[in-house]
Amino acid sequence: MSKMNSGEDPPAIEARGLVKAYGEKRALDGIDLTIRRGQVFGFLGPNGAGKTTTIRILATLTRPSGGTVRVLGHDVLTEADAIRARVAVTGQFASLDEDLTGYENLLILGRLQGLSRAECRQRADALLAAFDLTGAAGRPVGGYSGGMRRRLDIGASLIVTPDLLFLDEPTTGLDPRSRNQVWELVRRVAAAGTTVLLTTQYLEEADQLAEQIAVIDNGRIVAEGTSAQLKSRVGSGTLHIRLLDGEQRPQALQILAGALEGTVQLAADPLSLSLMLATRPDATDTGRLVGRAMTQLAEAGVGIADLSMGQPSLDEAFLALTGHRSGPATDEHEELKA
Amino acid sequence: MSSPAVSTRPAAAEDPIDALLAAGRLRRRAGALTASAAFGRRAMLKLKHDPKQLVDSSAIPILFTVLFTYLFGGAISGSTAEYLKVLLPGVLSMSIAIVTMYGGGRLAQDVRSGAFDRFRGMPVWRGAFVLGGLLSDVARYLFASAIVVVLGLVMGYRPDGGVLGVLAAVALVIAFGLALSLVWAAVALAVRDPAVVISIANAVLMPLSFASNIFVQPSTMPGWLQAFVDVNPLSHVASAARDLMNDTGGAGGAVAWSLIATAVIALVCGPITLRLYSKQG
Repeated sequence: MSKMNSGEDPPAIEARGLVKAYGEKRALDGIDLTIRRGQVFGFLGPNGAGKTTTIRILATLTRPSGGTVRVLGHDVLTEADAIRARVAVTGQFASLDEDLTGYENLLILGRLQGLSRAECRQRADALLAAFDLTGAAGRPVGGYSGGMRRRLDIGASLIVTPDLLFLDEPTTGLDPRSRNQVWELVRRVAAAGTTVLLTTQYLEEADQLAEQIAVIDNGRIVAEGTSAQLKSRVGSGTLHIRLLDGEQRPQALQILAGALEGTVQLAADPLSLSLMLATRPDATDTGRLVGRAMTQLAEAGVGIADLSMGQPSLDEAFLALTGHRSGPATDEHEELKA
Repeated sequence: MSSPAVSTRPAAAEDPIDALLAAGRLRRRAGALTASAAFGRRAMLKLKHDPKQLVDSSAIPILFTVLFTYLFGGAISGSTAEYLKVLLPGVLSMSIAIVTMYGGGRLAQDVRSGAFDRFRGMPVWRGAFVLGGLLSDVARYLFASAIVVVLGLVMGYRPDGGVLGVLAAVALVIAFGLALSLVWAAVALAVRDPAVVISIANAVLMPLSFASNIFVQPSTMPGWLQAFVDVNPLSHVASAARDLMNDTGGAGGAVAWSLIATAVIALVCGPITLRLYSKQG
């Protein structure tokens, strides 16, 4: 077995021109991807973008229609078993047995990984304890909360510590506390030397966990870079304003464009406009800038009915990164560079 | 991949998760038998947690045995005791044949839930999942067979073949059932929908069960139906079970035909099932 030596080892994942076609439809349309050993890599995209298809191919569950894919130096088509011995898959599609208890799930998976009965019991006990599931060990997984289930799912992937861990939307549907627990687990696993490839629909999640992020849309990678690189292109948030009087919108637009840096959009609703704030390299206090802009609006007599400030949504990220919306557009947008 | 044992001793780290990750580094491969046994154990545990599954395996045998004995017994053989000699081995064959389809349904359910993908992504012999399922199927078939035989005895059936004859018939019927379950496994992996698997299995098993010699002598049927009954493998299995249980002496032919049918079905569907299992969608 090869030693952990990142200098000589092949990349964890190396895909060239990866294509997956279902009849006429191309679910993946030429993906090129290189993921270094030990990296946490985030795959960001909306539903149906091709994230899960990519993970399924990398985990040897789905056959690519074209291109070459090597995982940990092994070809996915000809050396599937060598890959399977060293990777673990968890998430939406590779589920646990609902009617078995958490403990039984781990025992069965342990036996399948070549552990002896005694080793399985020890490892299951240790995993359940470490993941705060000892109390629920004897209950069927079907009765677990979303967070408990996800923790057990990740625990099951660590019966034998994998060299590469696939996490398919690890926190979709979780409450914030459970989500933070899962994030902490992912960081631990990565810190111990396992390469992690996670898919997510949330910009924030990719930002929190991944060193390198690829944005995928319609089966293609549309942007790739570190979180900081992508954020500088996406901006630091969006300011939504709804006016009392639609007549004042041009005036409001002019004031905002002068006071803040970013892209102003006029929504279909004649009372509303929004401003995607550019990230400033000098880390200026955005709140203060926005406050000043509001003061200017008030001084000019522009009445504001509603005001909100949000993190850039995936939709906005897509708009910024790709120049088009991730889904079918609902509003007609006129764009204006401020 | 022939590494030494996985060390489960925690490393000297204060954090339990870090210790776990450090301890789980070494890996080795599970043998084919170990993996099959693990899948068999999984299926038995599922049965333990959801004993309702056994209703599938018991309701049909009970219903058919009681219903057909009292419904047709007087009309066909003059008395229920006489009819049981003909009917019971046939109902045994038919009950097991029908119970086989639920295995296919469960497999399709595993495919649908994602459990199947989790297992398929592990480095174990690809036949283990199917073989493990068959191990637990044997348990179900034994259970269903016991119900039919005990019910028959209670209703007045006295097998001339004795204990050995009955056991031989049960073994033959279960072997045929396992071959059939490979058919539904292949169907399940192809259509991936439990309800569709059950529909397809019903569409095949109902004609096989009724257009057979299980309930009535084929001599009363029109020629084309007799021709079908003669090639229907379930007819041969029912005849073989009758011969063995009633010790009629002329056992050789039907038993041989049943074993040939079993072997042919298994040899055709086994490889298809394995190929579908390892097919990367």
